[in-house]
Amino acid sequence: MAKKILLQHDHVPGINTLNVYRQHGGYRSVEKALKTLTPEQVLEEVKSSGLRGRGGAGFPTGLKWSFLAKPEGVPRYLVCNADESEPGTFKDRYLMERIPHLLIEGMITSSYALGAKTSYIYIRGEYFYVARILEKAIDEAYEAGLLGKNILNSGFDHDCYIQVGAGAYICGEETALLESLEGKRGNPRIKPPFPAVSGLWGCPTVVNNVETIAAVVPIINDGGEAYAAIGVGKSTGTKLISASGHINKPGVYEIELGVPVEEFIYSDEYCGGIRNGKKMKAVVAGGSSVPILPTELILKISTGEPRLMSYESLSEGGFATGTMLGSGGFIVMDEDTSIVKNLWNFTRFYHHESCGQCSPCREGTGWMEKILNKILNGHGTLSDIELLWDIQSKIEGKTICPLGEAAAWPVASAIRHFRKEFEEYVQRPSSIKDVKHYYRMHSTVDV
Amino acid sequence: MSENKSKLTFSESTLATAKKIISHYPEGKHKSALIPLLHLAQAEFDGWLSPEAMDCVSELLNIQPIEAYEVASFYSMFNLKPVGKCVIEVCRTSSCWLVGAEDVVRHIEKKLNIHAGETTKDGMFTLKTVECLGSCGTAPVLQCGGDYYENLTLQKVDSLLDKMKSEDKRRVYTKDEMIQI
Repeated sequence: MAKKILLQHDHVPGINTLNVYRQHGGYRSVEKALKTLTPEQVLEEVKSSGLRGRGGAGFPTGLKWSFLAKPEGVPRYLVCNADESEPGTFKDRYLMERIPHLLIEGMITSSYALGAKTSYIYIRGEYFYVARILEKAIDEAYEAGLLGKNILNSGFDHDCYIQVGAGAYICGEETALLESLEGKRGNPRIKPPFPAVSGLWGCPTVVNNVETIAAVVPIINDGGEAYAAIGVGKSTGTKLISASGHINKPGVYEIELGVPVEEFIYSDEYCGGIRNGKKMKAVVAGGSSVPILPTELILKISTGEPRLMSYESLSEGGFATGTMLGSGGFIVMDEDTSIVKNLWNFTRFYHHESCGQCSPCREGTGWMEKILNKILNGHGTLSDIELLWDIQSKIEGKTICPLGEAAAWPVASAIRHFRKEFEEYVQRPSSIKDVKHYYRMHSTVDV
Repeated sequence: MSENKSKLTFSESTLATAKKIISHYPEGKHKSALIPLLHLAQAEFDGWLSPEAMDCVSELLNIQPIEAYEVASFYSMFNLKPVGKCVIEVCRTSSCWLVGAEDVVRHIEKKLNIHAGETTKDGMFTLKTVECLGSCGTAPVLQCGGDYYENLTLQKVDSLLDKMKSEDKRRVYTKDEMIQI
């Protein structure tokens, strides 16, 4: 069943304005937290909710908050990661565009818990019009006394600002994001120190995804335990899923964690099945970085039971037969899709987006792209498949940030589950269709 | 580059916007305003960042010119060469690719008689292919002047290009209705 907590009012006309948002219960969490709860109590609610980071890593939010260092006289910051750039993911854009005040409300309530007097929303440059929508919401919040000095006479001061990025996938990685926010190239930092100790301008900082911060609102309104009662096991609450690809009803869906994958794909409530009456071939369940799974593995776990849309169920079987919930970027591919060509598309992406700091990633992503190019041009050999496997295994775990893994996993999983297709391309190049133009899409355009 | 004869300066209104952006950061942390200010410069100076345009920003922030150059060259939204009045950016990644982004690029290339990465002779259009624009549910998609054009069909692309023939979409970041980010 669809369970709407975050997107409950997404279709209410005018919900992007403060008035309508407040008529529908908006900013209750700010009033409740600032007037009746201590920052520690807010943190406790978030901990008991079991909320996990919605950007992709799934790290428990309450735990992350509890790591925040609190040295005397040093400012602390909350930074919202609105750099949504994982291919297949567009949920944060939807949330911010439709219900901007939900994010602003979450920023204020979360900042109160963290003792942050200033927060920044770092939004990708391409979402410029969304930044405008957020800015308008922030202006309204200042006018209503929900931002600024002495919010609601609570004695709590808070300022929230927006910063736009300028096109770089890597800035979704939290330390690269902080570098970018400091006006530098988006090169990830070596951890430790973690941002909780040394983040923005060397100050203790929490970086959370848009959806994570928004989820703090219902958690404070209804209590952490009520939130934890939703979902399944350690996958508590709801998740926004961005559904795209060869399905009848692409879009953003809020689901209670634990919905069967099969129901999500075929039910009219969600994706509505595969378009044009085709059969499904494969699914990338959590954004381009997570392992691709063929139909039989995405629908069922190793015991034969249905696979569920949850952190645990999607990763059941490890990488041998499982994948990850990731960012919730759910890409469905029909029977006519070329897995090799799709992989080339992903690999070109990672090559383009590698920041270049670590040689395994900088060079390896380029080599993988070149080899896939060679195979798609009909010049591949069987040993190229082994070479691809070898390269990805030498990127994984050998880089400063997880872009290395993000680039390696799609390659490993495509070969693991679709090796026959690679072999077919190598042994019978005539089976490669429609590649005349792909090189044009390939060329990295430097304008 | 400070000796350059063609020194560029922001208009009064853009300068006011720039100062407001700088005020969002604590004392001494004004370099954080670099990326937003480069956006302003790109919009103010014909849609691309010449060395002079970047120098204008680094002077304003009191940083070394190289600090602006190294940032400008890192981010894909900054154009380091002159561009057309309408920069058409077609998403080429994953979901867009699955539902026909290649056909869209091919169609535009044919129609404008240029390849991706090039500008039409009349200086009207520049065609770029870009990575995921976060519009996978409404794919294929292209962006121009900050606006999204979604659920593209080749017919839609045709009417879009016809409409844009007389437009200048380079100044998106200094439009009157621009918010003060």
